[in-house]
Amino acid sequence: MKSEKAAKRREVREDQMTNVTMTVNGKSVSRNVPDETLLSEFLREELRLTGTHVGCDTSQCGACTVHVNGKSVKSCTTLAVALDGAEVTTIEGVANGELHPMQVAFNDNHGLQCGFCTPGMIMAGIDMVNRYKASGQELTADAIRHELEGNICRCTGYHNIVKSIQDAAAKM
Amino acid sequence: MYSTRYHKPATIDDALAALGAGDEAKVLAGGQTLLATMKQHLAAPSDLVDIRAIDGMSGVTVQDNILTIGAATTHAEVATNADVRQHCGALGQLAGGIGDPAVRHQGTIGGSIANNDPAADYPAAMLALGATIITNSREIAADAFFQGLFTTALDENEIITAIRIPCPAKAAYAKFNQPASRFALVGVFVAKTDMGARVAVTGAGEDGVFRHAALEAALSADWSESAAAKVAISADGLMSDIHASAAYRANLIGVMAKRAVAAS
Repeated sequence: MKSEKAAKRREVREDQMTNVTMTVNGKSVSRNVPDETLLSEFLREELRLTGTHVGCDTSQCGACTVHVNGKSVKSCTTLAVALDGAEVTTIEGVANGELHPMQVAFNDNHGLQCGFCTPGMIMAGIDMVNRYKASGQELTADAIRHELEGNICRCTGYHNIVKSIQDAAAKM
Repeated sequence: MYSTRYHKPATIDDALAALGAGDEAKVLAGGQTLLATMKQHLAAPSDLVDIRAIDGMSGVTVQDNILTIGAATTHAEVATNADVRQHCGALGQLAGGIGDPAVRHQGTIGGSIANNDPAADYPAAMLALGATIITNSREIAADAFFQGLFTTALDENEIITAIRIPCPAKAAYAKFNQPASRFALVGVFVAKTDMGARVAVTGAGEDGVFRHAALEAALSADWSESAAAKVAISADGLMSDIHASAAYRANLIGVMAKRAVAAS
């Protein structure tokens, strides 16, 4: 099912459309989309993966954070057509049969209230734990707060988010 | 965002051809400024020429104490690169303080320098380290490259391919963040180089990044915090806006210069 907005965007000239093929959550997907399509629009409107949230749409808030080739990026500030051949993971793709340890930790530690920022927080959290583990650095509470600079939560005051990420880091 | 046409050339020649063919084509690297600007309708390029797939555009090499960094190398790659850490740790530290982790995974050194935002971090490092900006057609000294707010020596459709940086004896960057944007309210990069002490200031100048002659003279004579502290910093030519007055920025230049020397 395609949204009205996606159909509207298809009314542009053929030479401003690109066929892009990428792997999203392990599945190969191909779409012919206008060149200015943002990854956030591609995921939400073309693929109907609406777990990736668009908060500020100005790359400040991090609600739209996904992984491209294993690294966190802001999908609202990424062109979909630039990602031909890329591996993209969204919040829908992190659970593998059972919830990801980061998801469990957010549940256990009450790391969310309204939940709007949570998909981005989880994706940023997984990315930072992976990076710190790969480089052998300790992910302290201070480091987590610093790493979360690009993810804004307006409910929790961050305290339980930091606890959740620390908890998950010990289990990942 | 207005419609645009995307190109992903594999060679510099193809990139130049695509730039030349568009009415108002722009180079795209990490897109962390350009895409945001397009979304606000402040830019409407007819064509975007993505240079990230061109061979040799990213990565770091070091030879004879000179670092060469590909233009499309991301901030995260510069921040974690072992050669950068070993030979110019201050540059790695600066790269690790730009934006936030997700922005650093995409934003590039070449993009930051070509944009020359008056509060960007990299231009200060380029000036203080006496870097050379390498393009598809020539080499430009950093001193001649930065020419005012969002203005550089780049010709239309000229593409930065790499940056060459002589490794300094000592260097450090101290930045006072504008807390909302994380751009520099004032950033000071100090470097002890073969050409003497070089000090560059970002975030403060009305005409963008600049070298501070009085701090350079003081630190060339005596590389110490106390020498930096004795320099009277004038507020002439400094920005005044809702975030800080020119006098406040002048004071911050002194404070950041001292902190940078202490950290070097």
